[in-house]
Parts: sequence; C-alpha cells; structure tokens
Amino acid sequence: MSIRFDKLGVVTALLIAYGALAAPFATFRANRIVPGDAKGILDALPVGPGMLLLGLMACAALIVLLKTPTRLRLTVAALGLASIAVFIGMAATHLTPPANAYARVSPASGFWILLFSFALLAADSITRLRPLPLVRVLLLAITLGGAAVVLMSGLWDGLSILKEYSGRADVFWLEAGRHVTLALGSLFASVLVGLPLGILCHRVAPLRAGVLNTLNLIQTIPSIALFGILIAPLGWIAVNVPGAAVIGIRGIGAAPAFVALFLYSLLPVVANTVVGLAGVPREANEAARGIGMTDRQRLFGIEFPLAMPVILTGVRIVLVQNIGLATIAALIGGGGFGVFVFQGIGQTAMDLVLLGAVPTVVLAFAAAIVLDALIEMNAPQRERSRAA
Amino acid sequence: MRVLIPYLLRLALLVILIAFLVVPGWFDPLLKPLVRDNAPAIYNQGSLLTLTLLHLRTVAIATTGAILVAVTLAILVTRPFGAEFLPLSRSLVNIGQTFPPVAVLALAVPILGFGEKPTLVALFLYGLLPIFENTLTGLTTLPSSVMEAARGSGMTDRQRLFKVELPLAMPVILAGIRLSVVISLATATIGSTVAAKTLGEVIIAGLQSNNIAFVLQGGLIVGALAVLIYDGFSAIEHVLARRAGLPARA
Repeated sequence: MSIRFDKLGVVTALLIAYGALAAPFATFRANRIVPGDAKGILDALPVGPGMLLLGLMACAALIVLLKTPTRLRLTVAALGLASIAVFIGMAATHLTPPANAYARVSPASGFWILLFSFALLAADSITRLRPLPLVRVLLLAITLGGAAVVLMSGLWDGLSILKEYSGRADVFWLEAGRHVTLALGSLFASVLVGLPLGILCHRVAPLRAGVLNTLNLIQTIPSIALFGILIAPLGWIAVNVPGAAVIGIRGIGAAPAFVALFLYSLLPVVANTVVGLAGVPREANEAARGIGMTDRQRLFGIEFPLAMPVILTGVRIVLVQNIGLATIAALIGGGGFGVFVFQGIGQTAMDLVLLGAVPTVVLAFAAAIVLDALIEMNAPQRERSRAA
Repeated sequence: MRVLIPYLLRLALLVILIAFLVVPGWFDPLLKPLVRDNAPAIYNQGSLLTLTLLHLRTVAIATTGAILVAVTLAILVTRPFGAEFLPLSRSLVNIGQTFPPVAVLALAVPILGFGEKPTLVALFLYGLLPIFENTLTGLTTLPSSVMEAARGSGMTDRQRLFKVELPLAMPVILAGIRLSVVISLATATIGSTVAAKTLGEVIIAGLQSNNIAFVLQGGLIVGALAVLIYDGFSAIEHVLARRAGLPARA
C-alpha cells in the first residue's frame, strides 16, 4: 500500500507545524498597554500540558497530511479547536502571577495560526461532506455551544479579552443589544419597504431603472459620511416635528445610524426582489393565469415562492452587511460593538478592540450560515442538488 | 441628441469634481448655509486635492494587489492540479465576506501599527473577494465548444489560458474589479479612523467638530469618484465584450 498525501493536508500540516513550533502561543504583558513578551507553547504552559499539546498537534498534523477519511478529518478539526481553546485558558492561568490584577495574557500569533488551520480543515471537511442545511446549522450550534460552555466554566477568565469584559459586563450586553437591534431593525424596515417597492418595480417597468439607479447611488456614499449627513435632517425633524423626539428621533445617536443602515439595505432587497420575480418562468405564470388565478393569488401562490431563494439571498447580504456596518454607528453615538472597537483604537488597547470585533465577526458568521441554510431549504429540488 | 445626455451629465460631474478639488473656494457660498457660528465651510486642515489623490493611491495599490492575487488563485484552482482546492476556496470566499471591514482594520492595527498599512490590508482582503468570485465564474462558464475547438487545434494548456480563456472571461473579471474598486473607495474612508490619509479624514473632522459641510463634501467627493470610475469600467467592459464577440452585459 502506497502512502498518499492530501494536497490541502500538506498546507494545513505545515501551518500547524509553524503555529505550534515556530510562532509564540501566548503573550504576557505587565499591564494592558505595554508591549508584550511572546511565549512559545513550552514556555506558556507547565511542562506536562505543554508536551501534551505538542503531541496532540503532531498527531493532528500527521492525520491531515495523509489521505484520511473526511469524517476523521472533521473530528480532528473539532478536537484541535477544542484543545487549543482549553490550553490557551491554561496558559493564561499559568502565566499570570498570583494576585496580580494588572498582568494581561492574550493569545499570540501561534494560537491564531492554529485556530486558522483547524478552521480551514473544518471548512474543507464540511465542504467535502456536503451536509444538509439543517446539519450545518446544528454544527454551528454545537460550536457556539462549546464556546459558551468554555466561557461559563471560567477557563478563559485569565485571558485579557475577558478581563476587559469583566470590567464592563453591563455595558457589553447593553451595546450588544443595541447592535442587534440596529442590524435586525433596519433589516426588518428595509424588507417592509423594499419588498413592495421591488414588486412595484417588477410590475411597472418604467420605474425600475430610476429606482435602482437611485439606490445604487446611495451605495457609493461612504458609510461614515452617510451616517454623518443624516444627523442634520434628523436633528431638524426632532426639533420641528411634534412627537418625533418622544419616540427617540434625535440628530445624533441611533436614529441616523438606523436610517443609514436602512438606506444601504434597500438596494439588495429591491434588486433581488426584481431579479427573483423576473426569473419566474413564463409558463408558471401563464398556467396560473390559465386556471383563473387573480393577480394577488398569483403573486402569493406562484411568484413569491418561486422567487424566494433570490429574495432571501438579498436578505442574507443585507443582514451580514448590517451587522458589520452597525459597528460604525459608534462614531456618531449610536452604540453597538463599535464602541469597544473605537475606544480600543483610541487607547491602543487591542484587547478592547477584540472585545468589540470578535462578537461582531461571530454574529455575522452565524447569520450567514443560518441564512444560507434557509436559502437552500427554499431552493427548488433540482437546484438543491447543484448548489450543495 | 438624447443618447448624449448621460455622457454630458458625467462630463459635468467630472468638471464639477475637478473644480471643487482645485478651487474649493468657489463653492463656499453653497456650503456656508450648512455651518453655524462662522465655522469654515470648506475643509481647511489640508488640501482636498492631496487627500483625494492619496485616497485614490491607497485604493489603486490595494486593488492592484488584490487583482494579482485573486486572478492567480482563480487560475490555479481551475487547473487540474488545483481542482482539489476549488470547493474549499469557494467556501473561504463566502466566509471571508462575513468579516466586517472595521473588524479587519482594527485587528490589523496591532500587527502593522497605525496609518496606511492596516487600511491597505483591509482593502486588499475586501477587494479579493469580488475579483476572485468573478474570475472563477468567468473561467468555469466558458462555452465547452470553444474549449474543445482550442484543444482540437493543438493549443497547449498555456496558450489556451492566455489566448482563449482569459480574453473570453475578461469582461466578467473586469466587472469583479469594478465592484471591488467601488467597495474599496467607500471602505478606504474608514481607514481614517486608524490615521490613514484618505478622504475619511474630512468626514471624521466633520463628525468631531459637528460640521455637516465637511461630512457632506467628503462623502460627495467619494461618491462622485465612485460613480465616475464605475462608469469608466463599464465602458471598457462594453468595448471588450464587443471585441470578444459576446453579447453586451449590463
């Protein structure tokens, strides 16, 4: 039997070897803003666990290097991720001197490279296995659940990002709530307005080019400028329209951020509704008309279900984009995870930046996976086999 | 005559943009009503023209890098020896798009420091995705009859790539580059939150001093640049598509 190598496995194994042996695993700093002292795996951990982690990484590299069954590779990826998650927590406890509240231990480049390698391996195995949409959502839930368990167990409490969190836990959840409200609220509003607008554009052809071009133009205005420009009209409304200030409309804060996100969201929703409706086969419409369906019945019974995957693709684009853009709301006092990112940049405290950036990335990533699964479940049977 | 109107509009936009950048003073009366308490209506902490050129330079460097890497990668994964990477590269592109630009920018700062470098990295990573995706689409949806004919006429793999595949896929690749440039133009403004010299500086100065005129002029310059560059690319794509004998795409 000849030994066969897996091409991607060679790349992954090299990355794992580099991350485990050559790059530092954790960084120790005397306080939160001084430059740190990078430590390799053996320096960052007690001797026993250090050797164990190196051994585990060697096994993982060997398994992925060879052509092994995909399920085994996925298991290796999961175990690899779990083990670096546990060991980085141990490194934090090991490196922090007893009763020292100022010292900070954070994951270093080696940890991130290992994380990337195993994530790459997981992505590759999952792509090869082509799981059903529900299974993908389940895998996401298991991963997030695992991370939640580690967080709750206090294993990561020694890590710098959680030390930043522990000082501002209340604010964190407040900003998290604002972030999600902004992203989901503007999505909801844009679907509410964008769907009818898209249907109108589909039915009234002369309107189409004008509406789509206007929405395209809005997209060219940079987000920070649009957020800023809206301060003026909303400030005016708050002062001059009775009742506006009572429902929370103000020149700065969440109101202009909400309107800006809403305006950015309209194009994908309207454009995809138009494309989706235009893609409904003529025969389907003819047949529906032939059996005497009214326009309204045709819209809800035939056109919408057939256009749904394309419309949902628009919703996916909007949701992922809004979760990212909502970070910018912090610049105009709109709150959200961006508050920590920009505070962190201002204080050159990178742990604080991570406290804002990591949840944003996780949210966007989870939203993308869930909506992708939804899109696939709504796709007609023949496309489902192709899209996988 | 009616055919000319869109061109005249774009020409007018270009003329106004250049006039604004070279002699911003002319536009002072227009923006004056937006500011209070005698605050300056035209950005006065640096030259708008210089900032615009720096902005364009940042976008150009990042996009050139993105084109080189994305097109090379797309060519590699569509060759037989790289085919194993094709599905993975598709999912990676999908995952990459979920990383918000602000997060990428902020995370690049500890490694690269403040200034232009983190902005270049963020723009490069963001620019990769549309170009890669379009190049893949262009190279994998070529008519099989054309590929058969090229193979039949005894072309080597290399000749096929450079004389048949790339020229035919060029309009789609260019559409990806156009998208990437327009996204980068807007995203580059965020670079100013980490002290990169771009037009974002004007906008952020406006946000900090509550000066709507600054925010507006910064935003409109970037918007005008995006519209003009978008149209320029569309025109080139149109010409190329016609030369390649393909039906013009929107």
